[in-house]
Amino acid sequence: MTPTPLPATDPIFGKLSLAALPLHEPILIVTFLGVAVGGLVVLGLITRYRLWGYLWKEWFTTVDHKRIGIMYMILGLIMFLRGFADAIMMRLQQAMAFGGSEGYLPAHHYDQVFTAHGVIMIFFVAMPFITGLMNYIVPLQIGARDVSFPFLNNFSFWMTAAGAALTMISLFVGEYAQTGWLAYPPLSGIAYSPNVGVDYYIWGLQIAGVGTTLSGINLIVTILKLRAPGMGLMKMPVFTWTSLCSNILIVASFPILTATLALLSLDRYAGTNFFTNDLGGSPMMYVNLIWIWGHPEVYILILPLFGVFSEVTSTFSGKKLFGYTSMVYATVCITILSYLVWLHHFFTMGSGASVNSFFGITTMVISIPTGAKLFNWLFTMYRGRIRFELPMMWTIAFMLTFVVGGMTGVLLAVPPADFVLHNSLFLIAHFHNVIIGGVLFGLFAAINYWWPKAFGFKLDVVWGKISFWCWVVGFWLAFMPLYILGLMGVTRRMRVFDDPSLQIWFVIAAIGAGVIACGIAAMLIQFGVSIWKRKELADESGDPWHGRTLEWATSSPPPDYNFAFTPVIHNLDAWYDMKTRGHERPVDGFRDIHMPSNTGTGIILAGFCLAMGFALVWHIWWLVIASFAATIAYAIFHTFNYKRDFDIPAATVAAVEAARTRQLAAGA
Amino acid sequence: MSADPYAVGHDEIELPHASMRDYVIGFVLSVILTAVPFWLVMERPFSEGATAAIIMAFAAVQIVVHMIFFLHMSPKAEGGWSITSLTFTIIVVVIMLAGSLWVMHHLNTNMMPPHDVSQLP
Amino acid sequence: MSANTVTAGDPVQFYDLDEHAHPEGHSTMLGFWIYLMSDCLIFAILFACFAVLGGNYAAGPAPKDLFDLPLVALNTAMLLFSSITYGFAVLQMQQGKVKGVQLWLAITGLFGLAFLGIELYEFHHLIEIGATPQRSAFLSSFFTLVGTHGLHVTFGIVWLLVLMVQLGKHGLIAANKRRVMCLSMFWHFLDVVWIGVFTIVYLMGVLR
Repeated sequence: MTPTPLPATDPIFGKLSLAALPLHEPILIVTFLGVAVGGLVVLGLITRYRLWGYLWKEWFTTVDHKRIGIMYMILGLIMFLRGFADAIMMRLQQAMAFGGSEGYLPAHHYDQVFTAHGVIMIFFVAMPFITGLMNYIVPLQIGARDVSFPFLNNFSFWMTAAGAALTMISLFVGEYAQTGWLAYPPLSGIAYSPNVGVDYYIWGLQIAGVGTTLSGINLIVTILKLRAPGMGLMKMPVFTWTSLCSNILIVASFPILTATLALLSLDRYAGTNFFTNDLGGSPMMYVNLIWIWGHPEVYILILPLFGVFSEVTSTFSGKKLFGYTSMVYATVCITILSYLVWLHHFFTMGSGASVNSFFGITTMVISIPTGAKLFNWLFTMYRGRIRFELPMMWTIAFMLTFVVGGMTGVLLAVPPADFVLHNSLFLIAHFHNVIIGGVLFGLFAAINYWWPKAFGFKLDVVWGKISFWCWVVGFWLAFMPLYILGLMGVTRRMRVFDDPSLQIWFVIAAIGAGVIACGIAAMLIQFGVSIWKRKELADESGDPWHGRTLEWATSSPPPDYNFAFTPVIHNLDAWYDMKTRGHERPVDGFRDIHMPSNTGTGIILAGFCLAMGFALVWHIWWLVIASFAATIAYAIFHTFNYKRDFDIPAATVAAVEAARTRQLAAGA
Repeated sequence: MSADPYAVGHDEIELPHASMRDYVIGFVLSVILTAVPFWLVMERPFSEGATAAIIMAFAAVQIVVHMIFFLHMSPKAEGGWSITSLTFTIIVVVIMLAGSLWVMHHLNTNMMPPHDVSQLP
Repeated sequence: MSANTVTAGDPVQFYDLDEHAHPEGHSTMLGFWIYLMSDCLIFAILFACFAVLGGNYAAGPAPKDLFDLPLVALNTAMLLFSSITYGFAVLQMQQGKVKGVQLWLAITGLFGLAFLGIELYEFHHLIEIGATPQRSAFLSSFFTLVGTHGLHVTFGIVWLLVLMVQLGKHGLIAANKRRVMCLSMFWHFLDVVWIGVFTIVYLMGVLR
């Protein structure tokens, strides 16, 4: 097939015109007004309080892994609100569209909503959250002062943010993909999706993907090279281990996504025939390739949280982790096995019995190491003195919820069962069950656990408990009906329904989503209240939970250089070992500390890439060339800067540490 | 800093050492391992299957030659992490290539119309 | 916090009181190697596409009709020469000779340019006789795989030029030595990929 001739484009604006603004969609106009007013208020306040200089110097250009980690978490939280708004819209539409009612979302809009929900939740919520978490905690846990490549870390963050920004722009300029979150061709090909939606999808993910891959490389090298003396591989904290494996998966799978999307964009832009229906192309090859990335991706998301649960369980049970070695081996097994199961996402495509059996069996095998982990956590709790603080509560909720999700997963791994359940709401319920019950609950456990480390005060317990119960109850209300509907044969991504007997289940699910919304609101209030009451909730010790790993050995929040002297490790639970064997915190003899300097290169390069992405979406070729040239030129310019470090003088270190000594004395 | 086995511990980092001998051996071997497959395919002294097997084997050997003599790979480089990451990458590449071929071959056999696809217009 | 003094019988040291900063760039080589591994996976995907789709000629031209093996052999030779000349640049660096490094880098760049020139000539010729990337899945995957390798070589040449300037400005300082070694890895890595390309795309293509 010859490519559809592109409509004549303007030399200045490409395909962009006023018609691209969705002025005919009232929902979008109201949203836009809300965002615009809110945005203006925020910008106004920043200007009013003269915060631009502070933000630029201390945050946007920072190379401090802790601040970059916090920026990742903020990005994830903002995008989470957007993704959840999409979820509520879908639940409402599906609860309403019965008995001849069309609901309130036109098909064109609804299809964008479910696509954006999936893409945003995976790429711009879960990924920034786990990357932020690893960024903040891993260097502290291994006793390092920063990551291996601090500038690259800043650049990675801004690339992720630029990808998110491009995705958000699609809300108000043009449209988003209407293809589902993996954009299968031929639907995502130029013949069936001639507009800019899929291009927004492609370039948003490509830009963010660069950031994700580089950050993966960075953290792998950090863990391999910067561990404190004495910390052999089998003395690494479990969270560091799972982060290592997760980053290995990132580096070994995101290039697959990048290449696959590049081929799709070649089909769309250059008229090649990789995934078309004609001239030898094979859409199924796209499905095959994207899931070679897609399955490791789910383990990228869950593995770091397995680490979090291990740390939390062991800390709040007051015991060392049961079966550390088996935990490590289970993690490594999952890392390898996650490359051997991808076909279970398309059993129904028709590869036949032999292929399906192989991948069905590997899928069931991968649940064994996961099960082993669960028993390890249970045995850690067994006869422990369990403290039911918020992180532990989230962990227990995870155990109960995730097991159900895991078991429905094993059910789906049976090819004949999958032929019935494929693309049904049963599948939707399953993966929300593992992603919310595993990834999200894990993140909430982690946020409650490490918040005092990052900010120096604990989170409010009352609002935390309200949020917890709303989330757990809301989750079960929202997703159990989907299991039932799936078993009744209802497929995913439907906009209207004929059978009135189904409506009650969708109404229950919508109520569940409403309860979750209360949970989110309670969590935001929890953050606000805690900041308000930060004096009462303050943690002077740096070790509010009686932790066991190194991040608790330093102050909360840690100084820029993390540790005035690098700790020497003798035991797996290094900080617990230091506490029990009586260590002496050094109070003099400080030296200059060598640290990386801040740089604006990351945000500037990401800005050029954002411009290039936008120009590519709208076929504004002059801007593509200009921003590409600017990116390359600026990157080369950056390599001519050889002075990228400075020394924190020993006197400054001594002053900071003396303040810390006074703080500890006052708290004792 | 004897307690730290992971840092090099002096001002300049150790770069892999290369020698003229390595480069010359690598180059001569590469020339041979490249020239023979080209000659085999252009002159066809053997059957198709045998030629294919031989040139694939030569390519594999040449990749190893490049790794050792040009990229200075050794089990000791970077504390073993270079070779570990290479091994992991090779495992993933093999899984991906073999898996894709297997999956897509079965798919084509099962799902494609029974006539010869290459003859379609 | 407990501040018990360590007893004489328990000489456990919990802090490294006499530490030295990690030397600058001590992780760069490993980091760059891991980046190359990720790049390797991009090529692996392109190879997988060629392996799966490379037989789909869609009644269009097949490798036998298109590939000119002597030309490919010449191209391969260019890349091989550039590999050994890069090796000479590294040897000059080890002897601390800036000019020698620059000279051999320049020669390497010329071989790289020759390689690119021949490849562009080949592409131009193919497109002229109607074997365009749009013609069939085989040609799409051929152009993309070989073209991606060519883009990498282009990037390598740009890097070579930048590095030559930087060597002229700062000489063989530690940072520049590290960069020479990173580019060395990159350049030889492209050579390794090319082994796969000429074997699987060209030789196996003509064979089948």
